[in-house]
Amino acid sequence: MAVTDTGQGEAGVKRPSRLFKNLAAKFAAIPMIFTALVVFVGCTLWTIYHSFTKSRLLPAPKKWVGLDNYERLWSENRWLISIENLAIYGACSLVLSLVIGFVLAALLDRKIRFENTIRTIILYPFALSFVVTGLAWQWILNPALGLQNTMRNWGWESFTFDPLNNAEIVIFGVLIAGIWQGSGFVMVLLLAGMRGIDEDVWKASRVEGIPAWKTYIFIVIPMMRPVFVTALVIISAGIIKVYDLVVAQTSGGPGIASEVPAKYVIEKMFQAQNLGLGFAASTMMLLSVLVVLIPWAYLEFGGKKNG
Amino acid sequence: MKLTTKLLSATAICAASAASAVELEVTHWWTSGGEAAAVSEFAKAFNETEHSWLDGAIAGSGGTARPIIISRILGGDPMHATQLNHGRQAEELVEAGLMLDLTDVAEAGSWADIVNPSRLLDGCTLDGKIYCVPVNIHSPQWLWLSHEAFAKAGVDVPNDWFEFVASADALRGADVIPLAMGQQAWQTSLAFGAIMVAVGGTELYIDVLTNKSAEAAASEEMTAVFQAYADARSLSDGSNVQDWNQATNLVITGMAGGQIHGDWAQGEFQVAGQVAGEDYTCLPGLGVNEIIATGGDAFYFPKQDDPAIEAAQKELAALMISPEVQVAFNLKKGSLPIRGDVDLSAANDCMKKGLEILAAGNVLPDGVNAYSADTAGQLEDLMVEFWNDTSITVEDAQARYVGIIESAD
Repeated sequence: MAVTDTGQGEAGVKRPSRLFKNLAAKFAAIPMIFTALVVFVGCTLWTIYHSFTKSRLLPAPKKWVGLDNYERLWSENRWLISIENLAIYGACSLVLSLVIGFVLAALLDRKIRFENTIRTIILYPFALSFVVTGLAWQWILNPALGLQNTMRNWGWESFTFDPLNNAEIVIFGVLIAGIWQGSGFVMVLLLAGMRGIDEDVWKASRVEGIPAWKTYIFIVIPMMRPVFVTALVIISAGIIKVYDLVVAQTSGGPGIASEVPAKYVIEKMFQAQNLGLGFAASTMMLLSVLVVLIPWAYLEFGGKKNG
Repeated sequence: MKLTTKLLSATAICAASAASAVELEVTHWWTSGGEAAAVSEFAKAFNETEHSWLDGAIAGSGGTARPIIISRILGGDPMHATQLNHGRQAEELVEAGLMLDLTDVAEAGSWADIVNPSRLLDGCTLDGKIYCVPVNIHSPQWLWLSHEAFAKAGVDVPNDWFEFVASADALRGADVIPLAMGQQAWQTSLAFGAIMVAVGGTELYIDVLTNKSAEAAASEEMTAVFQAYADARSLSDGSNVQDWNQATNLVITGMAGGQIHGDWAQGEFQVAGQVAGEDYTCLPGLGVNEIIATGGDAFYFPKQDDPAIEAAQKELAALMISPEVQVAFNLKKGSLPIRGDVDLSAANDCMKKGLEILAAGNVLPDGVNAYSADTAGQLEDLMVEFWNDTSITVEDAQARYVGIIESAD
């Protein structure tokens, strides 16, 4: 390389190709780039391809069946219920954990006493795995052991709260556990964002006589946009892949009332020995992520270049 | 001369032991008390040969263990022998050439003559070659009744399913849940199969399971089965336990009148010290149609490169089906032996009922042998949904059932 460079003259030596700038860093990134391409992109393509085949226990790349798996998928009640549950769980969990996380963060941000202690307590649930969370809430919501029994023992005889055995509202029982586990983490993220806001902003708003809540909503929140985007991405990823929480808390029951897509994929692939159908379902999950992600990425990154 | 013989024989012994004493890793999902005791009979018998048994029990039911077993075989790290339910589950593994062909062992032991019912061996056979050893017979179509519960209600212990349904009001009056039922999907699915044999009859059962006839699935007889299943659903109101043995425990303690469950339930009655005929009654075919489906467990031997291991695998296969091991194993397991020529005088009343039915040849294919895992999964989804959602009518459920049978394989 050096030989050719000298041959090309002075200009070539002074301004080497951009490709070879920071060569060491680029070299170090090769394994990750390789992993991303082969593991993520490659396996995704492999999965999508096989979702059009009649793969049962083993992948069968030659048994092409077109859209059969997708047709069956969308005609199955269990899949439709899974999608509906994910939509309910996703929407509620996104809004509630952001709202609760923000309110908690704002309260802690008021320079209260024992902030460290309170922050730790609220963050603690996040240290538990979903399996432990699910089991703990299964017991709390068990009418004979948990909340309902306690309230009745305290004298509120007619108190009834039994979401896990009621097919209509069981997904909200799962939601409670999910939010309990996740909102502490959102709070910490948002609190870090708030601490990054310049003190002068607060001083200025105080001089102007703007009430604290208005300052939060109209000044602080818009300034915290990058933190919100980070929180949003982390929460969404957690929603799409929710599986262990449901398995531990309800195992999809009563009946199939609290099934979720990830559980459908796992069970079709490994228990019902129908890889093709499982791949079709996981492709649909990927598609639903892309439907949300592409417009957002366009707005976030495409917009900046243009203006 | 003498010395040469000695040397020769010594060399032969050395060579033999070096080549053949191997440790075989055997995976299975028999982890409950009675099951573990049964499997240790295999281990004991195998350890008495020059080989040794390395136990690879996987906790959880077949649903948990099967994916682990299959992924180990596919991933190129096969165990030396493994439990699976014979029939369709391992079909593709056999087709892919991952399982050891046991045909020569089977011929040497003339399995074709001793295995009764012969259908069990058919489940192991693909293209005329035998790939697994059936070890026991389990049948799901049994009704278990608690004498204590019926004494509380002041009615006689029923003799069949219809009398049982008729006595439900008396049971409710005495604060007893008529039908105990664990809420796991496979249990509700099992109850449907049992009711189908009892209410629908043998012909319907074979038409649907073996012939996959959508017409039979849409017939009026089938509507009656769904109706009976819906009745059973209302009889089980208030029985919100999960595991099958918790449901059996409701029957043992007289909190519930009965349970539809497989013959493995009798292990629980035995452990509780109850006596068949005095404390509990078992009705094969729900007392209506004395016929049982013969599912069961089998052992497969994934292919290995080492000829010494292969020889030991074949030895283990022959051992599992030998009369002494069959008796020791099945008495502990509470299941029926797969050969009709062994002495089971130590069996209890319920096992003897089963043996009589077997001897008379009143047997049906089991769902595990008839449906692919995919179809079985779809049926299970339908059953569990119907069982838990009273808003689904009998007609809707049957229509969806017909749809599944139409596309079944």
